[in-house]
Amino acid sequence: MPRAPSPRRNGRKPRLAVFKLASCDGCQLTLLDCEDELLAIAGRVEVAYFPEASRAMRRGPYDIALVEGSVTTPHDAERILGIRKSAGILVSLGACATAGGIQALRNFADVGAYVSAVYATPEYVTTLAQSTPVAQHVRVDFELRGCPIAKDQLLELLTALLAGRRPALPTGSVCQECKRRGAVCVMVARGTPCLGPVTQAGCGALCPAFDRGCFGCFGPMESPNAASLGARWEALGVARADVARAFRTFNAGAPAFRAASEAYEREADR
Amino acid sequence: MTTGSTGGDGLLLEVAGLEALLAALRRHGYGLVGPRVRDGAVVYDTLGSVADLPAGWTDEQEAGRYRLVRRNDAALFGFGLGPHSWKRFLFPPSTVLWHARRADGGFEVVAETPPAAPLALVGVRPCELAALAVQDRVLLGGPWADPDYRARREALFVVAVHCTRPGATCFCASLGTGPRAPSGFDLALTEIPRPDGPAFLLETGTAAGEALAAEVPCRPASDAERREAESAVAAAAGAMGRALDPQAARGALGTAWESPRWEAVARRCLACGNCTLVCPTCFCSTVEDTSDLAGETAARTRRWDTCFGVGFSYVHGGSVRTSVAARYRQWITHKLATWHEQFGTCGCVGCGRCITWCPAGIDITEEARAVAGRSAGRGAS
Ligand code: SF4
Ligand code: SF4
Ligand code: SF4
Ligand code: SF4
Repeated sequence: MPRAPSPRRNGRKPRLAVFKLASCDGCQLTLLDCEDELLAIAGRVEVAYFPEASRAMRRGPYDIALVEGSVTTPHDAERILGIRKSAGILVSLGACATAGGIQALRNFADVGAYVSAVYATPEYVTTLAQSTPVAQHVRVDFELRGCPIAKDQLLELLTALLAGRRPALPTGSVCQECKRRGAVCVMVARGTPCLGPVTQAGCGALCPAFDRGCFGCFGPMESPNAASLGARWEALGVARADVARAFRTFNAGAPAFRAASEAYEREADR
Repeated sequence: MTTGSTGGDGLLLEVAGLEALLAALRRHGYGLVGPRVRDGAVVYDTLGSVADLPAGWTDEQEAGRYRLVRRNDAALFGFGLGPHSWKRFLFPPSTVLWHARRADGGFEVVAETPPAAPLALVGVRPCELAALAVQDRVLLGGPWADPDYRARREALFVVAVHCTRPGATCFCASLGTGPRAPSGFDLALTEIPRPDGPAFLLETGTAAGEALAAEVPCRPASDAERREAESAVAAAAGAMGRALDPQAARGALGTAWESPRWEAVARRCLACGNCTLVCPTCFCSTVEDTSDLAGETAARTRRWDTCFGVGFSYVHGGSVRTSVAARYRQWITHKLATWHEQFGTCGCVGCGRCITWCPAGIDITEEARAVAGRSAGRGAS
C-alpha cells in the first residue's frame, strides 16, 4: 500500500486534485454529491485543482489526485504522465478510468469510420484507436469502480487515506451485497438475467433491490466466471448476441468482460 | 372454546386463536418477525398480524429456480423456505462491535447498546431449529461466547411450525432434522388445512410457551385432529425432493482432496457466495475498521463473509485458496465432513436453500454423491 499523506504534513493540509480525461463528469459530480460531508472534506484537504467545481487551478505537486475518464487522445496520453508525476497517490475513478468506459466500444470497431461518419471535418479530429484505462498508462494506487462511482466508496477511500489506514473496498460479487441487504434474487425468483454474480460489489446491489438485473457497472469481480453465467442466461432464454451485448457496456474494455463478449459474439455468428 | 387449557400436547387453535397468540406475544414485549410475501418470495420480516402471513401462497423450487404460486386454499404456512433465514435476526448481516472516540491523548471505547426489544420468531421450521442449535454450538459453545448473539438468543421466543409441505430442494428427512421438530421451541404448530381457513394443532415446549398458550383461546384437540396433523407431517417426510446420506458424504469428503469433481463444479460455480449467505448455519464473518472524516471516531463492524471470496483465505502474502475448485471443496467439505470434528455435528440441516438460491443451480446433494462416486440419483448436470 502506498504511503498515505499524513493529515498535516509540515503543518499543511494534504492537497487534493481532480482531473478529467474522456468522461461524462458523473464520477467527479459524486464528490459534489457528498453534500453533508463536503465541509468536512474541505476542512481536511486543500482543494488545489478542481476545474469542474471551483476556481482552484493551482499547480502540483498534489498529495491525492483523483482521475476520471479514459485515455482516448494523444494529448491525454501525454497529460496522464504529467498527472502521475505530480501526484503522491493516484486514484482512478469509475468505469472510464478503470476500464475504458462506454467509449471503449470503439475498441471493437474501426474508429476512423466513426469519425468520418460523425464529424463534418474529420481531419480536425485527433483520436486514438482505443479507449484505455489509466492503469494502462501509469501506475495507479487505488481504483474506484462504477458508472458512476459510489459516494460511500469515495468517502471511505478519502477517509482511509487521510487516516492512513487501508480502505474497505470489497472485490467480491454484487450477490454478496444483495444477500446482505435481504433482497430477493431476481434471477432465481423471476428469471430476470442478472450480471451480479460476475460483477464487483460496491453499489449495494442497487438494481436487484429495485427488481432489475445488475447491468455490471462496477465491472468484473475478483474471479468472474462469465462462461457459467452466460450459460445460465441462455437457459433463461437470452440469445447469444444479447449475452454478448450485456458484457459490452460501461466495462466493455475490462479484460474479463471483453473476453466474454467476444466469445459470445463468435458463438452468435455460428 | 375454553381459554387457558394447558392439557399437554394437543390443543386446537383456530386462526382467531393464532391472532390472539400474536397479540399476546406483543403484549409481553416481543417484536414479531415471520414469513411474508415480498418481491416475489416468502421472506422473514416484521409481522403486524395474521393478515401479514402468506395466506394461500406456496412455491415451486428447483436448483437455481424459485417461483411463488397460488394454493387452492388459504393455508398460512403452506409454502417451502424462502431465501431468508433467521440468522438475519440473530447474527445480522452487519453488526457494529464497538465504537471508539478520541479522548485526550488516546481514545475511549464506547460500548454498543444491546439489541432492543426481544424477538418472537413465528413460523420456524424444524430444519431451522436444527440450524439454530448448530449456531448455538458455534457461537456460544467453547470458551468464547459471542455476546451479541447471546443477548439476541436469550431474548428469543420461538413459535415453530412442523412441515407439512416440503420443497423440492428439501432433504431434512435424510439428515434427521425434520419434518417434525422434537424440541427447541416454546410453542409449535401443525397446520391442518380446511376449506374455510386452516386450524392448528398447538404443542407447548417450554414453561414460557405453556404460560402463553394459557392466554389464548383454544380447546383440546380431538384424536382425529391429532391424527390428521401427525399424518400430514409423516407424509411430508416421504415427499422430500432431495436426499443426502450424511455418513457416506462425511466419509467420502474426508478423503476426496483430489477428486476430479472439483474442477467440474468449478466450471459452473460463480464463486458468488449466495450459497453461504442463504445458509442458516454458515457463520463466517469478517471485521471492517472504519473512521470518520474528521478522524474523531472509529468503529469495528462485523459483516457476513463467504468462503467463496478470494480474501477469505488471505494470510500474509496472499490467499490460500485461489482456485474456485479449492473454495467449493472447502465449503462442502466443511459443511458435511470437518464440521463434525470441529463442532460435533453436521454443518448442514438439509434446508435446500443453497440449491434453490445458487444462480448456477449447483446442488450440494448431487455434488456430495458425485464425489462419493455414486451415480447421481436425480438431476444430472
Ligand atoms: S439478484 Fe443478481 S446480484 Fe442479487 S443474488 Fe441474484 S444474481 Fe446475485
Ligand atoms: S446492481 Fe449492477 S448495474 Fe445496478 S448499480 Fe449495482 S453494479 Fe450497477
Ligand atoms: S455454489 Fe452456487 S451459490 Fe455457491 S458460490 Fe458457487 S455459484 Fe454461487
Ligand atoms: S448447506 Fe445448504 S441445505 Fe445445508 S443447511 Fe446450508 S443452505 Fe441448507
